[in-house]
Amino acid sequence: MVAHAIFFYVFSIIAVISAIMVTVSKNTVHSVFFLILDFISISCLFIMIGAEFLGMIMLIVYVGAVAVLFLFVVMMLNVAQQKNQWFNSETTTSSHIPVGLIISTIIFFELIIVVGGWKYKPELSNPNTNQIFNEISNTHSLGQVLYTDYIHIFQISGMILLIAMIGAIVLTFRQREGVKTQSYLKQISRERSEGIEVLEVPSNKGVKIDD
Amino acid sequence: MTDIGLGHYLTLGAVIFSIGVIGIFLNRKNIIVILMSIELILLAVNINLVSFSIYLGDLTGQVFTLFILTVAAAEAAIGLAIIVVYYRNAGTIRVEEIDKLKG
Repeated sequence: MVAHAIFFYVFSIIAVISAIMVTVSKNTVHSVFFLILDFISISCLFIMIGAEFLGMIMLIVYVGAVAVLFLFVVMMLNVAQQKNQWFNSETTTSSHIPVGLIISTIIFFELIIVVGGWKYKPELSNPNTNQIFNEISNTHSLGQVLYTDYIHIFQISGMILLIAMIGAIVLTFRQREGVKTQSYLKQISRERSEGIEVLEVPSNKGVKIDD
Repeated sequence: MTDIGLGHYLTLGAVIFSIGVIGIFLNRKNIIVILMSIELILLAVNINLVSFSIYLGDLTGQVFTLFILTVAAAEAAIGLAIIVVYYRNAGTIRVEEIDKLKG
């Protein structure tokens, strides 16, 4: 139990500090790196409390894909050095800061009240829901419900990914002027009649082929 | 102190959620950081779902965390694509200068 507590506090302190650094960091590239650190520590927490599959998937999806996507966009758009001097009185948007602080403080204390007042009533639990059994692994039990009970939602999420992929391609696609590319259709559909021409060459005169 | 229960994980989720909301409100310069704050908020929701799922012994929370992960990845891809297109057209992604809708 003590080891659990030590690991929980270490990872959660790392997660909270890196979440703060995501929002206050002046350099956007540093923000992305702190976001990666945040996801890594949270997935360590997930693995620690017994959701191993989700922890590994978080590592793969967020650290492997989403964070690299963020880094790619930040470096492509050349905004890495853009300073964000908030809490700075020269900008005209300082009226947002007290509103934001008040709203997020209210949300935080509401969530804390929920934590304090929450009680688990065993008689309210439905015995027919997906119980966690300790004799099979987390991945095994997730697979057992994911492909049977939640198969429709699973397929809908696949469709969401497909639509997101198509949408991203359509949004960023553009046709540039003056770029020479191969046209496979033109190449394949050439005929012998338009490709070559057979000429009778008169003797001592030759043919002009350039015009 | 050494007995970690459900409340500790929910408090961690609440803290990260609030940091995400603060990030959305306070960051007025760069729209990519706002997208990252949204990712933080979704991460806090995932923490709540997974900890409830573990402590109640019910697998449904983890299944829905998987779907939230999917939707978050799709949202990040679409949002970054929109940002790239906007930067190509307007030349800036500073939050103050994105005011074409007069909002």
